[in-house]
Amino acid sequence: MSTASPRTQRLLPKWSASYSVVACFLLLLVLAFFSIVKLELMVNGLFLGAIIALGAIGLSLIYGILNFAHLAQGDFMTLGAYIALFLLGTLLPGMGLKDTGLGPFTFGYPIFIALPLAILVMAAIAIGLDITIYRRLRRRGVGRVVLAMTSLGLAIGLRGIVQVIWGGDTYQYPRLSKAFYQLPMGVRIPPDNLFIGVTAILLVVVLYLFLTRTKIGKAMRATSDNVDLARVSGINTENIIRWTWALSAGLAATAGVLLAIFQAQLIPIMGWRFLIMLFAAVILGGIGNLYGALAGALVIGVAAEVSTQWLNPAYKVVIAFIIMIVALLIRPKGIFGVRD
Amino acid sequence: MELSGIIGYITGFAIMAVIYAIFSLGLNVHWGYTGLFNIGIAGFFALGAYTSALLTTASPDPLMFEDYIFGGDLPARLGAWNLGIDLWFFVALMAAALICGIVALFIGFLTLRLREDYLAIATLGIAEGVRIIFLNEKWLANGSKGLYRIPKFLGELVSPQYYDYLFLGVVLVILIVLYIAVDRTIKSPWGRVLKAIREDEVTAEASGKNVFNFKLQSFIFGAAIMGIGGALYAHNVRFVDPVTFDPLLATFIIWAMLMVGGSGNNKGAILGAFVVWAIWTGTQFLPGFLSDPNFRYVMIGLLILAVILLRPGGILGEERVVSRLSETPPGDASPET
Amino acid sequence: MSLLQVSNIVAGYGETEILHGVSIAIEQGHIVTIIGPNGSGKSTLLKAIFGLVKPKKGQVIFQGRDITGLTPEAVVRQGLSYVPQSSNIFPSLSINENLEMGAFVRTDDFRQRLEEIYLLFPDLAGRRKDRAGTLSGGQRQMLALARALMLDPALLLLDEPSAGLSPNMVGSVFEKILGINRAGVAILLVEQNAREALQLSSRGYVLASGQNQLEDEGQKLLDNPDVARLYLGG
Repeated sequence: MSTASPRTQRLLPKWSASYSVVACFLLLLVLAFFSIVKLELMVNGLFLGAIIALGAIGLSLIYGILNFAHLAQGDFMTLGAYIALFLLGTLLPGMGLKDTGLGPFTFGYPIFIALPLAILVMAAIAIGLDITIYRRLRRRGVGRVVLAMTSLGLAIGLRGIVQVIWGGDTYQYPRLSKAFYQLPMGVRIPPDNLFIGVTAILLVVVLYLFLTRTKIGKAMRATSDNVDLARVSGINTENIIRWTWALSAGLAATAGVLLAIFQAQLIPIMGWRFLIMLFAAVILGGIGNLYGALAGALVIGVAAEVSTQWLNPAYKVVIAFIIMIVALLIRPKGIFGVRD
Repeated sequence: MELSGIIGYITGFAIMAVIYAIFSLGLNVHWGYTGLFNIGIAGFFALGAYTSALLTTASPDPLMFEDYIFGGDLPARLGAWNLGIDLWFFVALMAAALICGIVALFIGFLTLRLREDYLAIATLGIAEGVRIIFLNEKWLANGSKGLYRIPKFLGELVSPQYYDYLFLGVVLVILIVLYIAVDRTIKSPWGRVLKAIREDEVTAEASGKNVFNFKLQSFIFGAAIMGIGGALYAHNVRFVDPVTFDPLLATFIIWAMLMVGGSGNNKGAILGAFVVWAIWTGTQFLPGFLSDPNFRYVMIGLLILAVILLRPGGILGEERVVSRLSETPPGDASPET
Repeated sequence: MSLLQVSNIVAGYGETEILHGVSIAIEQGHIVTIIGPNGSGKSTLLKAIFGLVKPKKGQVIFQGRDITGLTPEAVVRQGLSYVPQSSNIFPSLSINENLEMGAFVRTDDFRQRLEEIYLLFPDLAGRRKDRAGTLSGGQRQMLALARALMLDPALLLLDEPSAGLSPNMVGSVFEKILGINRAGVAILLVEQNAREALQLSSRGYVLASGQNQLEDEGQKLLDNPDVARLYLGG
C-alpha cells in the first residue's frame, strides 16, 4: 500500500476542506482572546507561513508537472537570498547606488532592484540546470527516485558554492532602522513583516492570474493534469517544464530573500533547514495542489510559531515534521486531496 | 617526510575509511538491496555514536561544566569486567546497534508504507530531529559542548604510538564480520525474497510475501550496522557533538561512497568508501580554493551528479544486470488494450 | 492517394513488441474501424500513428508526408487529432479551458470555432465554467471529442469512444461520430462495440496478436460469419 501518485492531485482544485482550516484559525483566535495563546505568535506564524507558502507552491508545481520531490528547493532559497546579498551589499553600492532608507523598513529602495534581479538570476540558473542535467535524465526515462537523488546532489553542490564564496559566517542584509508597529492585544509587528506579507500576497496573486488567464499558465495546469493529453493537444511539454523551473525557482528566491529579512540573518544552511517546513506544507495540502500548499504553509507557520509559547524555538521544525508525519499517516492525499 | 609519519597517516586514513565502509554497507542494505531511500543516515550515525559514548565515558564532572545525567563508565563503577580486555567496548557496540535498531523499528513502522521519496523526507526529518534533541536537551549528552574524553578501546594495552595500528585491526575485523553477515543474509532465502521485491514489488506482494515486514527487517538491519559505525567513529575521534553529524559528513558523503563504488554491491560499498575518503582527504593537497574545506561540499555534490549522469553503476557496477540508477521503474510503461 | 497510409508498423513498449508489421489505409472523408480481441494492439496502433509510441519499423504517411516517429506535438500540427480511451480530458480545467487546450495549435482566433463546437455539443454549452472533473462519464466522452474537434482536423483518431458508456450514450456517441464525418472529417475508429462501428464504416480491419487478420468493406465484414462469430458476439 503506497500513497497516491501526484497525478491524482490537481493544481487548482475546488475548495473543499478549507472549512476545517478556517475553523482551526478561528479556534486559535478564540484561544488568543482568552490569553491561552499569544496572538502575537499567531500573527508571526502567518508571516512565517507566507514565506513557507512561496517555497511550497514552487515545490508543488514541480511535483505536479515534473513528478518528483525537488530536494534542492531549500537551497534554491539559499542561493536566491545570497544573490540578493551580493547585489545589496556589493554590486549595487559599487555602482554608486546609495542605500537610502525606505520608510520604516530595515532595508532601502535597492531591495526593489535586488529582489527582481535575484528572481531572474535564480530562474535562469534553474533553467540552466534543467537543460544540462534534468533533461538528459528525462530522455533516459529515469524514475522519480533518481531525479530526487539528482536534486540532492545539486542541493549539496549549491550550498557548497555558497560556502566557498561567502564562507560559513553569518551575514545580514545592510540594515537601517528597526522599529515596531504596536497593535491591539499586545501584538508587535516589525514593519519588515508587512513587506513580507505584501510581497507574498502579490506573488501569489500574480501566479494565480498567470495560471488562470494566460495560455502558458493554462497549458501548465493541463500538463499537470495529463501530460500525454497535453502533448496530444500540441503543448510543448519541454517548454512547460522550463516555465515550471523558472516559476518555482523565482518563488524560491523570493522566499529566501524574505526569510533572510524575517530572521535578520543569512547562513548557508538556512534553506536546507527550511526544507522540512516546505515539504510539510506541501504534503499537508496535498501534493501538486497549489491552494493546498498555501493553506498548508499557513497552518505549519502558525503551528510552529505558536509552539514556541511552550517549547524551545529550536523545536519549530520538529513540530512541522510531526504534523507532516501525522498527515502522511491519516490522510496521505492531504487535507485538500481531491477525490478525482 | 618520515616513513613512520607516512605510515601513521595512512593508518589514520584507513581507520576512517573502514568506519565509513561500514556505513556504506549499511546503506547498501537499505538502498542497494531494498530500495529504501534513506537520507537520514546522520540520525543513526548520531544515535550510535552517542549511545556508545554515553555508555563508556566517565560521569559528568561538575567542575568542567558538564550537564548530562547519563554517562556511565559502569565497569569502573561496578568493578566488574576487568579482565584486562575491555569487553565493555563490545557491549557499547551492541548497545549502539540495539538502540538504532529500536529507533528504526519505530520509525520504519510509521513510514515504510510510504512511497520512496516520501520516505526520504521522513528520514531527513528523523535526522534533523535527533540532531535538534541532542543539541537542546543538555541533560542528555551535554548539548552543544559535546562528550569528550571518550576512552580508547584497549587503550591500556599498547603505547600511544602503536594504538592506531591496533584500532585499525579492530575495525577491520568488525568490517569483515559485518561484510560476511550482510553477504550471507543476501544470499539466504530471506535475501532472495528481498531481491524479488526489488524486481517487482507488486508480484511479490501478490504471491503472499509480506513486503512491509521485509522492508522493516531490512531497515532495522541496515540501521544496526550504521549504529556500529557510529560507535566506532566515536571511539576513534573520541569526541562527539551535534555538529559532528552535519548532513554532509554523515549522510551525503556515504551516499557518494555507495554510488561511486556501485550500489547493490557489497564490495562496491567498501571500495567506494576508500575511494571517496581518499578524494575527500586528498583535497587538502590541492591548490587554491580547491583546498578550501567548503569546496568539499561542492565536490560531493559533483560526485553524486557525476555518478548519476555518467556511470550509474559506479565503479564495480551492481550485481544486477541493469543499474538501479538508470532504469525506468516498473509500471511506468503504458497499458495495452 | 490515401489520406493516411500506415505500412508495416512494428512497435511496442520497452522490450515487448506488440505490433508485428501492421498496415492500414484511410481515404479522405471515410470512416475506418479496427476491431479485434483485447491485447491485439489496436490502441498501440493509434499511439504509434500519433507518436506516443515510437515505431521501430514501418511508415506512417499522412497527406503524402512522412510523419513516422514525429512527436505528438508535431503530429497534431499536421492536422490529425487523437482522443485516448481513458483519461482524455483535463479534469481540473473548466470545460471552456479544455476546449481552449484543444485549440492550442491554432494560430487564428478560435472563438468562432468554439461557438460552433458548443452548437454541436449543447450539453457542454450550458456548463462552460464548470470543472471538467465534475462531468459524468458520457459527458466526459463528449468533451473529449469536442476538444479534439477544436482543431478542425482532417483525420480524427478515436480509441474506443463508447467504452464504459450506457447503451443510450453509445447510440449518442455514434450519432455524433456520424455527424462529424458528414462534416468532412475522416475517422479512424478502434472499437470493442464492433457491430455498431462497422455499420458506420466504409472499411474495417481485424487485428489480432499484433497482426492484420482480415480487411474488407464494413458491411461485408458484418456479413462475414467468421467475423460475426469471433468478434461480434453473434
